[in-house]
Amino acid sequence: LGKELIELRVNGEMRELAAPAHKLLLDVLREDLGLTGTKRACDDSSCGACAVLVDGVPMLSCVAIASCYQEAEITTVEGIAPPGSLDPVQTGWAEAGGSQCGFCSPGFLISAKALLDRNPNPTLEEIREALSSNLCRCTGYMQIYDSVKNAIERGKAIRAAGRENAGSRA
Amino acid sequence: VSTNTIIGKSMPLADAPGKVTGRGKYADDLVVPGMLYGMILHSPHAHARIRGIRTDRAEALPGVKAVITGKDAPTPYGVLPIGHDECAISVDKARYVGDNVAAVAATSREIAEVALGLIEVDYEVLPAFFDPLESMKAERGWIHDTKPHNIEKEYHHEFGNPDAALGAADFVREQRYYAGEINHAAMEPHSTLAIWEPDGRMTVYSSTQVPYYLHRTLAEVCEMPMSQIRVIKPLVGGGFGGKSEVIPLEITAGVLAKKARQPVKITYTREEVFYAHRGRPITVIDLKMGITRAGKITGVAARVVQDGGAYCGYGPVTVLYSGALLGAIYDIPSVRYDGYRVLTNKPVCGAMRGHGTVNVRFAFEAMLDALAHDAGLDPADVRRQNMLKAPCVTVNGLRVTSYGLPECIEKVVERSGWNAKRGKLPAGKGVGVACSHYVSGAANPVVRSNMPHTTVHLKIDRDAAVTLFSGASEIGQGSDTMQIQIIAETLGVRPERVKLIAADTELTPVDLGSYSSRVTFMAGNACIEAAKNMRAQIYAAVAKRLGCDAAELESRGEEIVSKKNPALKMSFDAAVVAAIDFHGALVASGAYTPPEESRGGRFKGAGVGPSPSYSYSAQVAEVSVDTETGHVTVDRIVVAHDCGKALNPLAVEGQVIGSVYMGMGQALQEEMVWRNGRLMNPTLLEYRIPTTLETPQIDCIIVESIDPEGPFGAKEAGEGSLAATIPAIANAIYDAVGVRIDSLPITPEKVLAALQEKRKKSSTNGGAR
Repeated sequence: LGKELIELRVNGEMRELAAPAHKLLLDVLREDLGLTGTKRACDDSSCGACAVLVDGVPMLSCVAIASCYQEAEITTVEGIAPPGSLDPVQTGWAEAGGSQCGFCSPGFLISAKALLDRNPNPTLEEIREALSSNLCRCTGYMQIYDSVKNAIERGKAIRAAGRENAGSRA
Repeated sequence: VSTNTIIGKSMPLADAPGKVTGRGKYADDLVVPGMLYGMILHSPHAHARIRGIRTDRAEALPGVKAVITGKDAPTPYGVLPIGHDECAISVDKARYVGDNVAAVAATSREIAEVALGLIEVDYEVLPAFFDPLESMKAERGWIHDTKPHNIEKEYHHEFGNPDAALGAADFVREQRYYAGEINHAAMEPHSTLAIWEPDGRMTVYSSTQVPYYLHRTLAEVCEMPMSQIRVIKPLVGGGFGGKSEVIPLEITAGVLAKKARQPVKITYTREEVFYAHRGRPITVIDLKMGITRAGKITGVAARVVQDGGAYCGYGPVTVLYSGALLGAIYDIPSVRYDGYRVLTNKPVCGAMRGHGTVNVRFAFEAMLDALAHDAGLDPADVRRQNMLKAPCVTVNGLRVTSYGLPECIEKVVERSGWNAKRGKLPAGKGVGVACSHYVSGAANPVVRSNMPHTTVHLKIDRDAAVTLFSGASEIGQGSDTMQIQIIAETLGVRPERVKLIAADTELTPVDLGSYSSRVTFMAGNACIEAAKNMRAQIYAAVAKRLGCDAAELESRGEEIVSKKNPALKMSFDAAVVAAIDFHGALVASGAYTPPEESRGGRFKGAGVGPSPSYSYSAQVAEVSVDTETGHVTVDRIVVAHDCGKALNPLAVEGQVIGSVYMGMGQALQEEMVWRNGRLMNPTLLEYRIPTTLETPQIDCIIVESIDPEGPFGAKEAGEGSLAATIPAIANAIYDAVGVRIDSLPITPEKVLAALQEKRKKSSTNGGAR
C-alpha cells in the first residue's frame, strides 16, 4: 500500500500527511487529521453528513480523493468559527433545536453556512432548496428552518453592529 | 398557578455545544492507541448449514490479530428471556443473507477486508422461507428446530363479546391491510469500541440505547463477571429502536478484543446497518370493525401476522403491543386479537418508534374513516363518540390516568380548518383525520424482577456543583436536558450548576434504557425523588444554622428561604457548606418503580401494553393528489399531542414533529424491498427517507393533561404521534380522490391503479362518482 505526501490547507492551516493516493478526503480528515466532526453516515453520497466547504462551496468529502484538493481551501465544521467562538449558524442550531442526535448537524451547518455566506437573507423556499441534499432523521426539518432563521437574525444584528461601529468611527 | 422557573420553559439541549462544533464524540470518533479494526463476514445465503470454516489463511495474514467463529462465543443471547436464540457469530446455521459467520480484527481496515476474503466457509444451502404467510404453513425444514411451523409466538386475546358486538353493529367492514417493512435509518451507523484493559477488565463504548442490557449480555457471552466490564454510551446519533437491543457487532467487538487482548473497533457500513436491521416488520392485518348509526364502535377483531425475520429479538413484544394498543385508545367494549410472530429467512425485525402500534393503528384508523363515511358521519365526530373517561381501566386491563385526546381532536379540527375543508376542497385536494396513543414506558420490565426501572444518585461537594449520576441514555431525544431541568427546578438552582454523568455502568446506577418512551416518566420521577432527598438534608442543616423549622424552608433562585420570614435566608453555596459540615457528606438517591396497579391483567401476554401512563395524539393531514401520475404531496400536517406536561416545549415539539416526519416517510415512500432474502435497496439513495423537499409544514400543538403520576405531570412525547400520521394521510387521499389505499407505502403506482379501478367501475356503472 504505497503512500504519497499530501499537503492540504484545512481550517486555515497547512497540514502535511502521508496517505495512499486514493484515500478519501473524509477518511483523511477523520483519521489523519483527527477532525472527526465530519461524519460518515451513508457510504454513497446520499446523506450530506460528510459535507465540507471547498473554496466556500459545500462538497461531499466521502466522494472526494484527498490528494486532488491540495490547492484548495478546505473548511470543516471545526473551522467555521475561530476557537472559542460560534458562527451564527452554530448558535442558531443550538438554540432552536436544529440538533437532536446531532449526527447530521456538521453537514447541515456546512450547507447553511454556505447558503448564508452567499445569500444572507434567504426565503424559506431558498432554505429548503439549499438544505435538500442533507438528510436528518430526527427533526422533520421544522426546527432546522427555525435554526437558520435564528442565524439570519443574528447575522443581521452582527452586520448592523458592524455598520454602527463603522459609522461611529467615521 | 405554577411557580416553576425552569420546568415548562424551552431550553436548548445541554449537549448542543458539542454537536454544533463537531467536538462531541460518537463511538466511531473514538480512537485509542493500539486499536484494531474489526470486520464481520456475512452469509451470502438466506438459509444454510455451516459444515465447516477454515480460518488458517486469514490468521496467517500479517496484521491479523484475531479471527473468531461461532465456537469462540457459543452462548446464545437475546433481549427477551424467552428468546435466547441468537449468537454473536452463528454456530450451526446461517439464517439470513447477512447473518454473521466469522469476524477478524486487524491492524487496518484494508488488512481486515483482505482477511475476510481468505476465510473459507463450507455451506450446505437449505430451502429458505421468505413470505410469512407461507412460512407459517411449513411442515419441515424449520428455521429453528424449537419453533414448529416457523411460528415464534402466537397470542389469542378476547375481551367482551366481539361476535355479538360486531353482529349488533349497524355498519361493519372487514378487509386486509398490509404494511411493508421499514428501517430506522438513524444517521449514525452502529459502532462499538471494545477495549481489553491490561488488568483483564473490558471497557466498551457503544452506540446503544440500552447500556445496561449490553453490559449484561457482554458478561454472559464473554463469560466475564459484570463487575469486570464497563459499558459507556458516548453521543448516539439516533436510535429510534435500532439500538434498543444488543446488535451483533457489539458482542463481536467484545469477543474479538478478548481474544486479541487489544482494543477493537467495529463500525457498520450503511449496508450492514440495513441487514442488522431490527426495524418495523412486514405486517398483514385482517381487520373487522363495526359501528352504530351514531358512530359508537361496538367491537373490533384483528388477526395480525408479522414477518419477524430469522431470530426472536423483541418479536413477541411487538406482536403483543399490536394487540394491547389496538382498541385501548377508545372506549371499545369488545376486542378480539389473534397475533402471530412468524420466522422467515430475513434480517431480524424489532422495536421501531411506536413499537407494535403503528401498522395496526393505520388499519384501524383507515377503517374507522371508511365506517364513518358508510354511516354518513364526520370522521372527527365518530372519534368523539368513542372517548374514554379517565381515570379508567380499558377492557384489556390498561389503566388510564390522564386522557387529553378530546382536546387534541378539538385543537387539530380548529387549527386545520377541518370543518371548512372536509369534502369541500378542489378536486385532487383533501383532508384526513386520525388518532394514536403510546405508552410512557412499560410497567413490566422485559426481565421480570422487583428492581427499580431507574435509579439516580446526586452528590454535592463544597464547590456546590450538583452532580447527577444517571444511567438514562441520551440519544438525541433530550433526556440529559430533561434531568438537568428537574434537578435544577427541585433544588431551586440554575441549570448551569447541574452536571450530569450519564450512561456509564461504572459510575451510574441502572436505568433500563431509552426505549418505549420511558425515560421522562421514569428517570424524571427518580430525579425528583433524589432532589427532594437532597433538599431535605440541606434544609435540616440550614434550619439549624438559621434557627428555624426545616418545614418552613423552600429553595428558589439559588437561595434557601423561610416561607414565614423571607429575611431568614441563606445562599445555596453557603447552604451546601453548612450541610456538608452538618452531615459529613452530601449524597442522595432516587428511584422509580411503576406502581403495582399499573401493571395490567393476569392473562398470558398481559405483561406487554401496561404503562404507568399513556400519551395521545390527533392529526389532520392535508394532501394533493396528482391524478395523472398518482403522486401524493403532503401539503400540511397539524398535530396535537397530549404529553401531560411539556417539561421542555422546544424538545417536545422537536419530538412530535420528528415522529410525524417519520410517519410520513412510512406512509408514502419508505419500504425495504426484498428478493429471495436479499435487500434490493440497502442504501440511503434507494431507501428514500424524506428530504426537506418532500417534508411539509408540520404545525405542532402541545396539549397538557397533567398526569397525576408523571414528573410535574409529564408523560410520553417521542413516539405517540407517529402512528396517526399514516392513516391521516391515507384518509386525506380518500377525501381528495375517492380511493382507499390499504397497503403501505402509498406509492404513485398504487394510487394510479386504484384510480383506474375506480374509473372502470364508475364507467361500467354508467355514472359519475
